[in-house]
Amino acid sequence: MGIISSLKESLGTWINRIFKKKRAKIGLYGPPNAGKTTLANRILHDWSEGESFGAASPIPHETRRAMRKEGVVINANGSSIELDIVDTPGMATKVDFKEFMAFGLSEAESKKRAKEATEGVIEAIKWLDDLDGVLLVMDSTEDPYTQVNVVVIGNMEARKLPLLIVANKMDLPNASPARIKAAFPQHAMVPISALEGSNIDNLYQAIAAHFG
Amino acid sequence: MDLISGEKLEKMTSMEKIRLILDKVKNGKIVVLECGLTSDEEVRLIEMTMTEIRMDEFSGIEIESYPSKKEGSFLDKIFGRALKGRMTVIGPANQLRTIEKDKYQISTKVSVGD
Repeated sequence: MGIISSLKESLGTWINRIFKKKRAKIGLYGPPNAGKTTLANRILHDWSEGESFGAASPIPHETRRAMRKEGVVINANGSSIELDIVDTPGMATKVDFKEFMAFGLSEAESKKRAKEATEGVIEAIKWLDDLDGVLLVMDSTEDPYTQVNVVVIGNMEARKLPLLIVANKMDLPNASPARIKAAFPQHAMVPISALEGSNIDNLYQAIAAHFG
Repeated sequence: MDLISGEKLEKMTSMEKIRLILDKVKNGKIVVLECGLTSDEEVRLIEMTMTEIRMDEFSGIEIESYPSKKEGSFLDKIFGRALKGRMTVIGPANQLRTIEKDKYQISTKVSVGD
């Protein structure tokens, strides 16, 4: 009886080793309005039965609390990876409530949003200590040399953790993923449109290869 | 505008550097650091800035430095020739605006009395 259960255990261990899913906790980082939540929702839609992280909005700092979804299994290129995905609030070095009033919010709403946004930035920074890798989402219609991008990349390089740059919004006419590649040539970059789903399969392959 | 030498920064702890920068910037100064901050110090500076934002008083900082250089060679590491930090400019968000930035140049506009 002991021998049989021992054999079963060994067999189980070997099967697990051969077919084991790799697991990683990755954070979606980037400046406000880069499309982090849109991408997070796209990943959940494709791999987690249509669940959603929350609403995306043209008003900056829509996501003001980090959200985590565990056990999202991505299968790409014959390999499989199980992800804990953390959608973080947009990183910024400044938060001015007047910026929100320009989008039609009242002064009180804008001030509340600004206060929550500052807390969100701190939360995003705290999460950096607890991740296995980062998807850095950039708006490919914007200048890639923002300090947020420089700081996140520098931080991941210092920690020697994997980083994959996602050049989002490639569907827009003035998008230039090449400008992002030229700015940070030392890192892998995948151009996508999280909104339309363009090139998203290439991103899944890169995620499996990069974080697996 | 205050230009702070690398020599002075080398003698300071991370927290001392961050406090010095924030105190100056909150008083309306533009600070240029000869040798910049480490990536960890930069992230801590952003974190501390967020805690000090006050509506109608201080909306945060504008900070610009160049992207990191590639790692030093094997020989650099053996002989302890660490790469120096990169020049960094920091100012109040309502006074310092970045106009253009690339790998080799940062163009900023400073407005006075905003």
